[in-house]
Amino acid sequence: MSIYEYNGSALIAMAGKECVAIASDTRFGVRNQTVWREAQKIFQINNKTFLGLGGLNTDIWTLKETFRFHHNLYALREERDMSPKVFANLVSHVLYSHRFGPYFVSPIVCGLDDDNVPFLCGTDEIGAQEITHDFIATGTAVESLMGVCETFYKENLEPEDLFETISQCLLAGVDRDCLSGWGAVVHVLTKDGITTRKLKMRQD
Amino acid sequence: MINFDLLDNSEYLNDQLFSNNFLPNQFITEQENFENFKIPNIPTPYQFSKKIIDLSKQTELKEKPQEKNEEKSEEKGIVKAYKGTTTLAFVFAKGIVVAVDSRASSGQYIASQTVQKVIPINKYILGTMAGGAADCQFWQRHLGRLTNLYELTNRERMSVSSASKLLANMLYSYRNYGLSLGTMVSGYDNKGPHLYYVDNDGTRLKNNLFSVGSGSPFAYGVLDDGYKWDLEVEEACELGRRAIYHATHRDAYSGGMVNVYYINQDGWTKISTEDSNDLHWKYQNEKL
Repeated sequence: MSIYEYNGSALIAMAGKECVAIASDTRFGVRNQTVWREAQKIFQINNKTFLGLGGLNTDIWTLKETFRFHHNLYALREERDMSPKVFANLVSHVLYSHRFGPYFVSPIVCGLDDDNVPFLCGTDEIGAQEITHDFIATGTAVESLMGVCETFYKENLEPEDLFETISQCLLAGVDRDCLSGWGAVVHVLTKDGITTRKLKMRQD
Repeated sequence: MINFDLLDNSEYLNDQLFSNNFLPNQFITEQENFENFKIPNIPTPYQFSKKIIDLSKQTELKEKPQEKNEEKSEEKGIVKAYKGTTTLAFVFAKGIVVAVDSRASSGQYIASQTVQKVIPINKYILGTMAGGAADCQFWQRHLGRLTNLYELTNRERMSVSSASKLLANMLYSYRNYGLSLGTMVSGYDNKGPHLYYVDNDGTRLKNNLFSVGSGSPFAYGVLDDGYKWDLEVEEACELGRRAIYHATHRDAYSGGMVNVYYINQDGWTKISTEDSNDLHWKYQNEKL
């Protein structure tokens, strides 16, 4: 078992028409033992940026605070929020600064830029960016999640349809993974605001 | 995981590599030793088959970085066995309850949610399945054949004690060959209800209560709390069901359906098959 599978996680982000959605499971486990069912793995960075972190839970929280620190300094100095793209660069920079002793995480960044164009980006544990325009998945369930996303994803979905798509993809993908599930949360980000929903799902 | 073809490949099938008519040891009789497994003609066949059949994806973390000591690493390879499963069985005043989950996992991947982990050995004896599916199915089916043969020859049913010992001896004769199974043999004979735990290194234990598999610690927690000798049949079945449900909930490698069986002097019956998820919300509502 790799250290990335120690706690278990599943995350997806998807782009729609002037909107993005990000979803994760809420399991916190220690190997096979499910310890907590309301773990947070998605963090709101500002009004138009979300960060999802899969991997080792302790590193998730360390990094989340590090990113918050850097983002707040930037906001004070520049008197504006980071755009998703700039935040993704920050993620890459921080991760690569630990090139020879990395944090065991696999992050995804999603948001809307100034023109409300969706931005999706995933990185590996040392910050290599992979920018996509449709969807991105990470965590222990990544293989099955990518499979369902490839099947169900359509371009330019409206926020409500995007919510339905990302939810069904997460639920279907997670049901083939032992180490994730036990609850799910979905955020949909539009230019008018954010809606957050919890999903009822299998508890085994 | 499997490449049995390699063992049947004609290229390897010359007498130099394989010795046919292999008799594992003297503890089992000619009649019981029905099979002529193709055994590779090398000092440690288990080391050879371990390269082909990987049953230990789940416990890599436990293994220390490569030890040279062959005997040590061999033991570790065998200990891994009980991946994703919860099974339990217990004896009480009015019979025996056997309950199992139904998830099959390969590493962290869920291969199936509808596996049948209770194997009927005959009308009065049930076996449970943990570890390698093929090993469990094959050896318990063979055990069923032996019990039937015994009944035809001797005009009486084989005792549970004999059946479990037969299985334990067969498994012991294949010790260190990489078999993987942890099973509970339970049933009725003319001396009443019996429950035995038998596993691949030849262990055979008798008790009123056992649980086997990665979810067994969770199941034991519920079982030890609720178990007493004088349970009613309904209460006992519910206890088994509850224990398995709690294991499916807490254990990542257990899940799917909860199957409950009940055995008394008239033989075994299947009591229920329920989705562990439905049970979760049912129990959740009862709490409120």
